[in-house]
Amino acid sequence: MVTDMNDTLDTAAGVPPGAPSPRQPGRKTRTVDGSASIAPTGNEADDSNPVIIDVEDLNVYYGDFHAVKDVTLPIRQHEITALIGPSGCGKSTVLRCFNRMNDLIETARVEGKVEYHGVDLYGKNVDPVEVRRHVGMVFQKPNPFPKSIYDNISFGPKIAGYKDDMDDLVEETLHKAALWDEVKNKLNESAYALSGGQQQRLCIARAIATNPDVLLMDEPASALDPIATLRIEELVFELKKDYSIIIVTHNMQQAARVSDRTAFFSVEVGETGQRTGKLVEFSHTTQLFTNPDQQETEDYITGRFG
Amino acid sequence: MAARTNASQRATRDAVRSALQGKRAEPGAVIFRLLLITMLLSLLLILIVLLGDILIGAWPTFRDRGFDFVFSGLSLNPETAGVWTGIVGSLAIALFVVIFAIPIGIGAAIYLEEYAPDNTLTRFTDTAVRNLAGVPSIVFGLLGLTIFVVIVNAIGLGGSTAGKNVIAAGITMAALVLPIVIITSAEAIRAVPYTIREAGYGVGATKWEVIRSHVLPSAFPGILTGTVLTLARAFGETAPLLVIGVATGFFSASADATVLEKLTGPYTALPVIVFSWSRQTDPAFLNTLAPAAIVVLLTVLFSINAVAIYFRNRFEKKW
Repeated sequence: MVTDMNDTLDTAAGVPPGAPSPRQPGRKTRTVDGSASIAPTGNEADDSNPVIIDVEDLNVYYGDFHAVKDVTLPIRQHEITALIGPSGCGKSTVLRCFNRMNDLIETARVEGKVEYHGVDLYGKNVDPVEVRRHVGMVFQKPNPFPKSIYDNISFGPKIAGYKDDMDDLVEETLHKAALWDEVKNKLNESAYALSGGQQQRLCIARAIATNPDVLLMDEPASALDPIATLRIEELVFELKKDYSIIIVTHNMQQAARVSDRTAFFSVEVGETGQRTGKLVEFSHTTQLFTNPDQQETEDYITGRFG
Repeated sequence: MAARTNASQRATRDAVRSALQGKRAEPGAVIFRLLLITMLLSLLLILIVLLGDILIGAWPTFRDRGFDFVFSGLSLNPETAGVWTGIVGSLAIALFVVIFAIPIGIGAAIYLEEYAPDNTLTRFTDTAVRNLAGVPSIVFGLLGLTIFVVIVNAIGLGGSTAGKNVIAAGITMAALVLPIVIITSAEAIRAVPYTIREAGYGVGATKWEVIRSHVLPSAFPGILTGTVLTLARAFGETAPLLVIGVATGFFSASADATVLEKLTGPYTALPVIVFSWSRQTDPAFLNTLAPAAIVVLLTVLFSINAVAIYFRNRFEKKW
């Protein structure tokens, strides 16, 4: 597990373990370059934001295995929604329903409603390829193409039929991903020459190069060190202005820091020992972490899960 | 107090030292190691004897005739006989392998790895390909004789040999190495990490775009290495050619023969020359010319392997 910088800070400050960790908006923290800046904080959920992805009674099966049960989850525009929960609770499975990535698994079956701007993503005649152009994705392990930095960014726009100046788009995209200054002199070098954190920001840049509407992030910082993690978090927070972001994370502090709303998933063990993921609670991040409705949520966020 | 601590520390140190020092006597380990070295040395010995014997036998030919031996055609006179006809025949066969086996093999591998659904039929095909790669080459010779020779003759390319020509031989050899091309290409494609495909789909690429732009370029070095090695295999095979009627004696094409006449006329291959020379009554063929032909054959094979190794190192991808 990646330890997070702020875990250490919290412990040092003497926050008793088990206490719900209150998050004040605008809390000061140290950034990479050592200057004090405003840390991202998830407290901007606004119920007047329109729903962009509406999930109702979602069930996902892998063959006979019932992976996720009865999930209802309205995702709102220009918010960061975090999906948290223990391993095997189906949060990644749910995330992969939003861009039909589960289609790549032959045995996967999705039931229920997943509507994007009111259009059923699993409706007849919906092309998963088109869905993925609107709903971009960043994966757990940085997975740049084994090509140059430039080609990593330009591939998506190129296949989508982008006609304007590609150089401009690449530069603009890398600026948005806060990577331009680090790579501007080596655009034609292999993406594999970058550090892990840079690679992941390149993957984020690649995802936004096609100008999607929604950005899915599947534990984007779990393979990175605390400093690289912090930079990703700052970037995610920055990108919220232009995109609706859904982020899966194992790191509760991360969810608390960056997200506006948090969905807590957990596992239900059936009579036959089958483990099915379910949504326990979904609310404003501040509320979920300070005053959760469900006992199960409270147990999990305070470390008494099991 | 301090002295006592020092004394006890020293006692501990001595005890630890005696526990850590000393060598275990392990006669079994020594014998085992010697045994392994002996095995390795016996292999090296075989190699040295083999190469030495061939080089000593071949030396007079190269000393007296130099490259003239390489560029001379077949002859019944050991003074003028050369391997050029065999080199041309082997190159022609290799060309057929490149034309038929490599595109078909790579195509089949892409389908098996990327498109074929995971069902009984696919698994059966996969197993069949693997078994086919293990079928003795003489069996492919019979296949060539009963099918390819007949077909080549039937479509009017039989020429003066009634189908027992380099066209039939090339197709037979292509069939022989086809399973190997499929297996090595499929392995190269399978070695491309799933995360690369996921990344492609993630930015809205279709399956075809993912395969064309990411899977195939990434698998290319492996495919290339594998196919180059199958060329070496096609170059060295002898048995199937003997079955499908390669010329093992002397022949010569008339100087004004057309390309078609050359393709449909009698032919031979480099390893077949070694075979036929070792059976000649004139001992000069067996003692000096056959080793010289082997040197030429090995030089070609080692060069092909070197090219394969170069490609592998040159294009190797790290993930």
